[in-house]
Amino acid sequence: ETWPSRGYTNVLVKMPLSEGKEYGLLMLQATCCFFFSLQTFEKLLVANRGEIACRVIKTCKKMGIKTVAIHSDVDANAVHVQMADEAACVGPAPSGQSYLNMDAIMGAIRRTGAQAVHPGYGFLSENREFAKRLASEGVTFVGPDTHAIQAMGDKIESKLLAKNAKVNTIPGFDGVVKDADEAVRIAREIGYPVMIKASAGGGGKGMRIAWDDEETREGFRFSSQEAASSFGDDRLLIEKFIDNPRHIEIQVLADKHGNALWLNERECSIQRRNQKVVEEAPSTFLDPETRRAMGEQAVALAKAVKYSSAGTVEFLVDSSKNFYFLEMNTRLQVEHPVTECITGLDLVQEMIRVAKGYPLRHRQTDIPINGWAVECRVYAEDPYKSFGLPSIGKLTQYQEPLHLPSVRVDSGIQQGSDISIYYDPMISKLITYGSNRAEALKRMEEALDNYVIRGVTHNISLLREVIIHPRFVQGDISTKFLPEVYPDGFKGHKLTDPERRELLATAASLYVAEQLRSQLFYILQDHASGENGIPLAKSQRSSWELSVNLEDGVYPVTVSKSDSTFSPCLVSQQVEVDGMKLNVTGEWNLASPLLSVTVDGTQRTIQRLSRDASGNLSIQFLGTVYKLQILSQAAAELSKYMPEKAAEDTSSILRSPMPGTVVAVSVKPGDTVSEGQEICVIEAMKMQNSLAAAKTGKVKAVHCRAGDTVGEGDLLVELE
Amino acid sequence: PARDMAAAAAGLRALRRAAGPWAALGRRASSVPARIEEKRRAALLGGGPRRIEAQHRRGKLTARERILLLLDPDSFDEYDMFVEHRCSDFGMDADENKYFGDSVVTGRGRINGRLAYVFSQVCFSLMSPEILDFTVFGGSLSGAHAQKICKIMDQAALVGAPVIGLNDSGGARIQEGVESLAGYADIFLRNVLCSGVVPQISLIMGPCAGGAVYSPALTDFTFMVKDTSYLFITGPDVVKSVTNEDVTQEQLGGAKTHTAISGVAHRAFENDIDALLNLREFFNYLPLSNRDPAPVCECHDSSDRLVPELETVVPMESTKAYDMLDIIHAIVDEREFFEIMPFYARNIVVGFARMNGRTVGIVGNQPKVASGCLDINSSVKGARFVRFCDAFNIPLITFVDVPGFLPGTSQEYGGIIRHGAKLLFAFAEATVPKITIITRKAYGGAYDVMSSKHLRGDANYAWPTAEVAVMGAKGAVQIIFRGKQTDAEAEYVNKFANPFPAAMRGFVDDIIQPSTTRKRICHDLDVLASKAQSTPWKKHANIPL
Repeated sequence: ETWPSRGYTNVLVKMPLSEGKEYGLLMLQATCCFFFSLQTFEKLLVANRGEIACRVIKTCKKMGIKTVAIHSDVDANAVHVQMADEAACVGPAPSGQSYLNMDAIMGAIRRTGAQAVHPGYGFLSENREFAKRLASEGVTFVGPDTHAIQAMGDKIESKLLAKNAKVNTIPGFDGVVKDADEAVRIAREIGYPVMIKASAGGGGKGMRIAWDDEETREGFRFSSQEAASSFGDDRLLIEKFIDNPRHIEIQVLADKHGNALWLNERECSIQRRNQKVVEEAPSTFLDPETRRAMGEQAVALAKAVKYSSAGTVEFLVDSSKNFYFLEMNTRLQVEHPVTECITGLDLVQEMIRVAKGYPLRHRQTDIPINGWAVECRVYAEDPYKSFGLPSIGKLTQYQEPLHLPSVRVDSGIQQGSDISIYYDPMISKLITYGSNRAEALKRMEEALDNYVIRGVTHNISLLREVIIHPRFVQGDISTKFLPEVYPDGFKGHKLTDPERRELLATAASLYVAEQLRSQLFYILQDHASGENGIPLAKSQRSSWELSVNLEDGVYPVTVSKSDSTFSPCLVSQQVEVDGMKLNVTGEWNLASPLLSVTVDGTQRTIQRLSRDASGNLSIQFLGTVYKLQILSQAAAELSKYMPEKAAEDTSSILRSPMPGTVVAVSVKPGDTVSEGQEICVIEAMKMQNSLAAAKTGKVKAVHCRAGDTVGEGDLLVELE
Repeated sequence: PARDMAAAAAGLRALRRAAGPWAALGRRASSVPARIEEKRRAALLGGGPRRIEAQHRRGKLTARERILLLLDPDSFDEYDMFVEHRCSDFGMDADENKYFGDSVVTGRGRINGRLAYVFSQVCFSLMSPEILDFTVFGGSLSGAHAQKICKIMDQAALVGAPVIGLNDSGGARIQEGVESLAGYADIFLRNVLCSGVVPQISLIMGPCAGGAVYSPALTDFTFMVKDTSYLFITGPDVVKSVTNEDVTQEQLGGAKTHTAISGVAHRAFENDIDALLNLREFFNYLPLSNRDPAPVCECHDSSDRLVPELETVVPMESTKAYDMLDIIHAIVDEREFFEIMPFYARNIVVGFARMNGRTVGIVGNQPKVASGCLDINSSVKGARFVRFCDAFNIPLITFVDVPGFLPGTSQEYGGIIRHGAKLLFAFAEATVPKITIITRKAYGGAYDVMSSKHLRGDANYAWPTAEVAVMGAKGAVQIIFRGKQTDAEAEYVNKFANPFPAAMRGFVDDIIQPSTTRKRICHDLDVLASKAQSTPWKKHANIPL
């Protein structure tokens, strides 16, 4: 066993003596400068929260550095606070007043005497002002110096720098175009397809794609008109249009002595709303030459800005492997673990070493690609609503799949933690690795099935669908993957007929196991009279005729025992579904969140999320949660007489679709609103959502005010 | 004996007559076995296909269908199938106004293998199946009907098994006059005599008006079916004529009214099937009689399970609310909690759960609602539940976070003193194992009431977040120093807003880590299973009603 202490590592060697019963203890204190490098800092403050704070603290512990956590009021009990040696509260829940509150953080640094600050990602990680203030107080910022942060933080300056460093940038022209002929000339120079738009127009507004001269002329006409009329600015932007781009980034690591390395690429194309969901390293798309070319350009850029620390150079890669510089992130990336998995480096450790001023200890030839790593970002959000709308709540049950091989989970929460509206709804990063991609993906599938998250809605179903999708498996992905594969939105796993039978059989077996268990009583002796109570009537049933309701279908299912025992724990049942006989076996602890079931030889891990006395059952099967209702045949026969309950008329009420803060309410009681009119705006996790009236009518009551915190499903406004 | 003779005679008469058109099918048959068979068939058909259809049209099941779903398959043994009513006035002795069983099915059966006695009333018009108004007389209570119910109640008390009533009745059978009223009283008496001897459960599955409501009211638990069941003393018509109020059946006595406003019913379910399946589940929590210990089921949830999330469940600020149900769900077996009266007096949570397989009764203040204070309704709700658990050997686990009794004129005028005393009385007199966990506030008299050590608590624990004091620091300092010395608040907090004063005096047995609460309770329950405590001899105590 080893444990760190002040830059050294204590090594405890346990030796078995006398047939392994006694242990002799031998303590060694070894200076492990080879493995744990040299002394760096005494104490380091982590200016972040959540998983990344925990991640940094872990490495600090390994290096023997004392850690200081900062936290807001609501995070006082958070995992990163528990892990750190010291903690300082830096303000109330909103991050603007706490994790971004430089004065409070500087105060915490002074109070605790931290010598260095690791900013993690987000918050103050790319804030030049913060880095400057640290420098002025003689505190080391674990990251690049202010010059690099500034240069790369500016879109125009970074492009210019990249161009000068001979990094491929998206070829384009920005300025006044005289006429259509000139536009065509420029377009030909750049090479088709090109994108034309008014320079002054932001984002993709008024953007036109041209694939030939004719379309360029047309695009020129529209865009120049729009530029003049809408913006009063004649300038046009003509740029190479990258069709179906991939988002591939190169991890770089540089020191303060002018050395820089590239640590291979990460493929981050699976995105929703420009946020990455699934990342992997390496990319299926790059060949060694492209990889080297990208790596060398990335290193060239890093050297050009005198970069030190870990950084990421993002590229867009088109279908013919042309790559173009997008931007450089001057911080540790969320998805850094996949790089660590394939290279064996601890990036945080390297960042800390570099910050202390040590030179890099690897050469480019030392950087391997060992196997394959995949990362899934597990979010507390509902993937059925535009691939993920935030959800909040308390993690009533939480269990990471760490019992499986080659699984890494970076998280900053635990059972009982609250996912609040104040911060990013990421639950964890789930990373699996293997000797090849198929193995890594297979492990990911299992890890997702074995991940227990209860109390909040999560996106495991989406993640699992993505990683088993044939296009993803083949590596045929782009940043448009999700909208292309799910044009009507994500709706969960689509069951095939054999899968449906498997699910029905599993659910029915579970139901029977539960029923059998509820007949098992321990008859205690009545201590008053010493007599036993009325004896139990033993059930002699050998088969159960059930009716299972699943996705609007009703299926008759018969469960019978396949051997002499009919027990709730050791299940061995024959289940007949659709006239097909399936053998269900499993050794179940019905209190366990994970149940392993084998149906006709196929083993799967399923999760039973809930059950109730009315026969309702929800099961997470193949990542997706299925709601079933199981009734005895007799009850199912009679259920047709049960009255249909009228559903609540939802057109006259407006409920919050997600938890968040009310930013604005635009109506008051008595107002007349028309269908589609904005009624109020809810902000959740930095997203503003406008809620509109579902019908025309008069406002009856308003149940919220600007500034209120509301939960999902809360009643906001009622119409008459 | 005279009565029994009369009943026997009536039975014989019934046998001589073919009962209604449904039994007329096999009139030609003459041998006794054939006639028995024929009458049995008629009885099983109940009111006949048209009446069954009418019942289904109203979204309700027939009496026999309900029994079928409630009990284990093939476990029902019926009594008195051949009984019929004895009234001959108003043409009631006409064949078409009789059928075997006289509008109630009674018997015994098994629920998950355990014995239960059941009656299931048949609510539809005997006179004219087309008129669907229950007031005509269908399902109404005749002397014979009451006699059948009394018979199974007597049996249940004799052997020690619960009575389940599936109520769907039009009230007294007007044609029978005082005989019907006598029938009610016979049932009421048995309800009272059985009270505390065997659990009695009423499931209201249709109209239940007038005298009929008092039998459910006397039983331990009253459950209702949403939209199809009503309980009221007098219906909307009478209300209109007497008080000139316009009110619908649903508003006056529907499931929502009784589960949220009046507190008459303990739970409501979506429909007949839902209600019966839930009743099966509920039944598993109950012992069969007061001679039985609390049942112990097969349990897969480890009794030593640590519950780490409890370490952070109580917020840092003592003014901030949290959900007591989070604590309850986390501690009990498999997060299963059968809550009683979830929508009434929500500032107190009561219900059944299991700990290591053994049924326990849980009482908890709910900080989320009205700060978890005790008021009139929550005291009465809690008291009745505690007394049920005590009567039927179900250990009590109490989670305390109570800022005190609710002040104000409406509470004082309503008699909070008298009603609050009920909860105090109930906890004090209970002799079952009593385990108490103070999660946060235990202020003032409410601290004493909530199963404190002083009321014979067997195991009383405090979490590190506990504050046992006469009142909150702010109020206390205002009184002690009359607002002069404001810095004394910190001193008061330091002295009293923690578990030490109570722990130093032995009023709590230990200050425990929240995560170990489940383990601790399970161990205590094992030890306390052999607890035997007696109270001085008395005819009965005089709880401040």
